Parts: sequence; C-alpha cells; structure tokens
Amino acid sequence: MAKYLVLIYEDEASYAAATQEDHDRVYKEHVVFAEHNGPKLLGGDALHPTGTATSIRKDSSGEFLVTDGAFVETKEAICGYYLIDAADLDEAIAVAKQVPAPYGGVEVRPVQIFD
Amino acid sequence: MSPEAAAAVADAHRREWAFVLSAAVRVTRDIDLAEECVQDAYARALTAWSAQGVPASPGAWLTTVARNRALDLLRRDATMRRSLPLLLEDQVEPGPDEAPAARAGDDRLRLIFTCCHPAMALQAQVALTLRLLCGLTTAEVARAFLVSEPTMAARLTRAKKKIAAARIPYRVPPPEALPGRIDAVLTVVHLLFTTGHTAPAGESVVRRDLVERSLDLARMLRALLPDDADAAGLLALILLTDARAATRVAGDGRLLTLDEQDRTRWDRPAIAEGVALVREALRRRPPGRFALMAAIAAVHSEAPTWDDTDWREVLALYDLLVCVWPSPVVALNRAVALGFVHGPARGLRELDSLAGEPQLAGYGYLAASRADFLRRLGRTAEARTAYEEALLLTENAAERRFLAERLRGLRP
Repeated sequence: MAKYLVLIYEDEASYAAATQEDHDRVYKEHVVFAEHNGPKLLGGDALHPTGTATSIRKDSSGEFLVTDGAFVETKEAICGYYLIDAADLDEAIAVAKQVPAPYGGVEVRPVQIFD
Repeated sequence: MSPEAAAAVADAHRREWAFVLSAAVRVTRDIDLAEECVQDAYARALTAWSAQGVPASPGAWLTTVARNRALDLLRRDATMRRSLPLLLEDQVEPGPDEAPAARAGDDRLRLIFTCCHPAMALQAQVALTLRLLCGLTTAEVARAFLVSEPTMAARLTRAKKKIAAARIPYRVPPPEALPGRIDAVLTVVHLLFTTGHTAPAGESVVRRDLVERSLDLARMLRALLPDDADAAGLLALILLTDARAATRVAGDGRLLTLDEQDRTRWDRPAIAEGVALVREALRRRPPGRFALMAAIAAVHSEAPTWDDTDWREVLALYDLLVCVWPSPVVALNRAVALGFVHGPARGLRELDSLAGEPQLAGYGYLAASRADFLRRLGRTAEARTAYEEALLLTENAAERRFLAERLRGLRP
C-alpha cells in the first residue's frame, strides 16, 4: 500500500460568504465521506483560513523572517487535508473524487517513503 | 552483420517492440530497466541473427533474451531489486488453460493503459506512447514534436518518474473504468495521426513517420480490443483519411482540396478495409465520435467524383457528431457541410455564428472556410480579407501556398 495526501484547495472568499446552513451541509458531507472511507483514512483535518497563517523563511543573511499570511497567496488556498492509504493512484483518485470541496477541488500527492 | 539480419531486426523493432517491452516489464517491474534490457536484446539480435540466421519467431527470441537479461541483472544486484519502484499489476497469474498469446495481449494492453493514463498531461502520454509502444528513440520523439532532445528527455523522465512515484498501476482497468480509459488511449493515437496528417508547422504537410506509427498503433488496438467499436472506428478513420495521402499534395508541394484530387489514385484496398470497419463501428448505439468521423470520410471515399458527394449524408453525420462531441471545430466542419447542402450564404451565416467561440479564435480554418464561402458568393473584397487573416494564422508551408494561390486567384 502507499500513502497519498489529498489537499483540499478552496476559495476562501466563497467560504466566508457561505451561510451557516452551507457550513453545516459541508460538514455533514465530510462526516459521510469519512464513514464511507473509514479504513483508508489515516488522518485529516480542516484548517483555519489563511488569514490566521504565519509564514517563516530565512533571508539571505540567515535571519528568520516571520510574516503574516500564507506562504503563497492564491485565490484557492489549502483549507484542509486527508492522509489516505491506497494501493495505487487509481484507488487514490477514486477516494479523492469523494472528498467534498464545493468551492474548489483537491490535489492528490504521493507521500515519499524512505527505507 | 548480414543485410538480412539488419532488415529483420529493423522489422522486429517496428512490429515487436511493444510486445517485447511489455513482457520485460513483467519481470523487471520497472520501465527504465526493462527498456535497457530490450535495447540490449535488439543489439544482440544483430550479431546472433547474422551468425545463426533469423529465428522463426523474432518476437519470442527477443522476449526471451530481454527477460533473461533482466533476471540476470536482478539476480546479480539484490540492492537494485530492493530499490526498484515496483509497478503494480494484477497479482493473478494466468491459469494453465490460458493461451500465452492472450497473456501477451494483456501485457501490451497494460503498457498502453499505463502510457495513456489520464493523470499525465496529454503531451506526456503521446511522448511515452511513441517511446515505449513504438520504440522511437528520445531523439526521434523530440523530432516528432519539434522540440529539442533535452526537452523531450526531461518530459519523458518526468512522466516515468510520476508513473513510479505516484504508482500509476500497470494493469488493464476494471470493466467499469474501461470505456473512459479506452477513449483516452484512442485520443492519444488520434492526436498522433492528426499531427502527422497535417503537420502544425514546417515545410511538408504530411509527416509520414507519425502517420505510419499511428496506423500501427490503431491496428494493434483493434487486434487487442476486437469488441470495441471505437477502436474499430479509429482504425477506419485513419485508413480512410490516409487512403487519400498520395493525392493531397501536388508535385510542387501545393495542397490539393478534395475537389481537385485524382480519385483514381486513392488507395482502394485501404478504403475497402476502412468501409468494412465503419459498418461494424456504426452498429453501436449511439455511434462514437471516431466511427462518425470515419463514416464521413467513407462518404467522400465512395463518391466517384467531387460533384457526386452526398452532402446531405455528410451533414446528417455531422449532426450526430456534434451531439456526441460538441466541439467548436466539429461545429465548424458541420457549417461547411451545411454550406454545400443549402448554399454558401447559409454556410456563411452558420460560420459567423461560431465567430465568438474562444477555441476558434486564432484557428486558421475558420477564416479559410469563411474566405471560401465569400469567394463563392462573389464577395471578393471580404474574401480577400478573410484569406489574408487565414494566412496570418497558418504556419504550415503547404497550407500557406494553397491560401496564397486562392488569394491571387480572386478577381480584382
């Protein structure tokens, strides 16, 4: 088996504009997704919006530069993830297709394994 | 090295590469290593066949040598064996009753579905197909797509890395996924054919090398998927379109349109084979896009002269094609057929309704088709503008000569 990270990219502005009912519906969809794919899910979380993010990099003199905001500013940002177990890419894509992402989509990345 | 051996090796390279490579991958479970072993087997064949004569079954000889080489390498190097990124495949081994030929077919299909996996960019799928299924060298693949060899090498390396790291499975997809995946494979072969049939740029309009490779692949798919109507349709389309190859370009390199071509020189055996395949492909309901395009090509092939063309039949087929494949390019061709059935004014109206399609912006054929209708309507000044626009948008030298000649032929 192999591990894949399913990154959920969505438009934060759409989320911010969504009603409480919308939020409840998406939450329920995630619960259903988790129930359907239980044994394949190794982990997963929803993240707070990029407005809460802090980015850290080293400048040319080796000093830490701590800045407010996401590492890369994009319209669609990572707002959650699942770590899944799958035999191959086809199986990972089949699981990823079920991940709720009403305001965007998902990206599937194979996890590197070092022996 | 004997000339017979060299010819036999070249022939086996063309016919058996996919067969030998897919069998080697089964042993190595790694594409790069399998390629190495297959290359080595072909190199050995040159010497061995010169000395001992060409074996009765070159493909089987090459497969055995390539597999033995792979087993030898893997035995000698246990660390390599461990570090190989395993390609997955069905663990089910064929039963004793299963003919070896059936398994070989499966092996080639596995390789085809891996090369044309939709998780890779279409360009990468086409490049992998030429490299792994047709056995073209990286330099040849690079030439086919008019990019530099390092660029193509990087593209192929990246694609193979993705197959291994993301674990794109080495298998025939399950039945529920099969129709979509077969369509992806046929799309790759069709793209290869259209690129060869009308080269997007360059001096000559046809790239024979690409056309022949696409025909080989279409034949292989037809043999491996005998019940698939779309595979039959694609082979028919390629045969019927290519049957006119000898008459498409005049001696001076000028492109000839269907009405100018010498129909007595069309390849009749290819047309007969194509027409029989079209009949079979059209039996599926609804017919697929390749079957319909092939049927349109068949209507042209069967008309003894340009004036005998059954445009109503062509238009009816385009009406169906637009439904299964609603692409602006298909709509454009339908508009041209409409013009032949109901007159240039009607065709022009239809073309103008497509002018807003973003996919047709910058597409030379739209301007060229408008120019042709305007010319036939006697609207010379507008036709001139349209031909000039088409010339700006066309990079193929033979097509440019054709347009320039039409432009010169307009009455002042």
